[in-house]
Amino acid sequence: MIIFKNVSKRYADGFVALNNIDLAVEAGEMIFLTGHSGAGKSTLLKLIAAIERPTSGTITISGQNIAQLKLSAIPFLRRKIGFIFQDHKLLFDRNVFDNVSLPLQISNFDNKTSASRVRAALDKVGLLKKEKAMPITLSGGEQQRLCIARAIVHRPNILIADEPTGNLDVEYAREIMALFNSFNQVGVTIMISTHDGSLLEDTQHRILVLNQGKLAA
Amino acid sequence: MIRAWIAQHAFVLLLTLKRLISTPMTSLLSIIVMGIALSLPTGVYILMKNIESATGQAINLPQMSLFLKHNPTPQDLSGIRQRLEEEPHIIRFQFVSKEAALFQLQQNNGLPEITAHLSQNPLPDAFILHTQANSSESLEQLRQAMQEWPEVEQVQFDSVWIERLNELLKLGRFIVLMLAILLSSAIIAIMFNTIRLQILTQQDEIEISKLIGATDSFIRRPFLYFGALQGFVSGVAAWIFIAFFIERLNEELIGLARLYQTDIHLQYLSIDDSLSLLFFSAWLGWLGARLSVANHLWKIEPR
Repeated sequence: MIIFKNVSKRYADGFVALNNIDLAVEAGEMIFLTGHSGAGKSTLLKLIAAIERPTSGTITISGQNIAQLKLSAIPFLRRKIGFIFQDHKLLFDRNVFDNVSLPLQISNFDNKTSASRVRAALDKVGLLKKEKAMPITLSGGEQQRLCIARAIVHRPNILIADEPTGNLDVEYAREIMALFNSFNQVGVTIMISTHDGSLLEDTQHRILVLNQGKLAA
Repeated sequence: MIRAWIAQHAFVLLLTLKRLISTPMTSLLSIIVMGIALSLPTGVYILMKNIESATGQAINLPQMSLFLKHNPTPQDLSGIRQRLEEEPHIIRFQFVSKEAALFQLQQNNGLPEITAHLSQNPLPDAFILHTQANSSESLEQLRQAMQEWPEVEQVQFDSVWIERLNELLKLGRFIVLMLAILLSSAIIAIMFNTIRLQILTQQDEIEISKLIGATDSFIRRPFLYFGALQGFVSGVAAWIFIAFFIERLNEELIGLARLYQTDIHLQYLSIDDSLSLLFFSAWLGWLGARLSVANHLWKIEPR
């Protein structure tokens, strides 16, 4: 489903974030990406949603080459992906409901369909009772779940989560992981980056280790 | 899908109106500045148009005066009439007897005292000719030909002042054009900056929307609406400024008109001109907004 071939990313200042990455993710697979901070985890995930463009190499998603994608085609790629950002990227000037409905607004959903989908997503992450709340009043765990609701509301095939348990207690982190597992069970392809080794101890899923821009075997 | 699309646009229009009203002082000041910028070229234009329509006939149909020798016989006059009718360059003509000319002089120029002291009428009989020709040479030939007629004392072009006026009007049109170009650029610049400030306050929303799949046109839409709306309202403001200016000017002109014993008053903007003004001002606002958003979107494109 997602295939990286000889992908490198060098920033304008000369820093090489990714060096000759080869990687294949099967449809319906759940995969963990781990490594020290600065190892290139975020960069790798951002390349998939064309938030960053590779310096060289090809990235194909469902047969489409992302590296060559025209700027005008990028929005439609991103609509197929749910992205959970490391820094949340919530809008603090609007309530929980409006934050989650943003992806649907962007895709021109009508209000009725939109509302029922937003509530379904909020229900899934356990925030249905907080739909009128402002994000600033939510706890860290709740904010993270809000991000997840926004990432799944448009029912993407691919879910990407960049450090989703970054600064959460173990208890909350396990809840979040359980959520991802439930999405994976209904067939969503999931990539999760984390530097938190304790989450990976008892997982059945594939774990990739990034070290200074290279994939360790 | 189409209903959702219409609902989207209606939603954005509403949002834009709210934004315009939510910062009343800023909006008002921008609208006044833009309205003034628009009203300058439009105001000069409407003044020019008034001058042109007041002198319009004279410009289209150059005039000549055919002054006759003293005391022409009725046969002389009918002979002249016949020859004038045969002349292709003369569209219409009009006989002004010396009595009529004297009467007009007394009426128009407010010189009854002077004319009262004249023992006899010093004015000649005359024909006023309205001509039309492609070139001034053919008119000059006509003038020379008529000068040879035995009953004719003198043939005079009245077109010297018309040519001067024409040149002045040409200059005026040039000034209108220059003003329009300069001040349109100013409006685009004002709109560019207004939208730039709005973008700064909504940077997060724009960035996040883009990250989760918003197209550029989705992001542009509210700003374009805002630009067009503010441009349109500025056009309305300019229209009001000009209407007010013309009304004041007409009040002033009443005094002048009384002195000249004629009816002088300025026309307001026609419906066509008003619509053009509103459409053009909305377009300028839209353009300024469009450039501003394009500039910002280009900066945040992934590389």
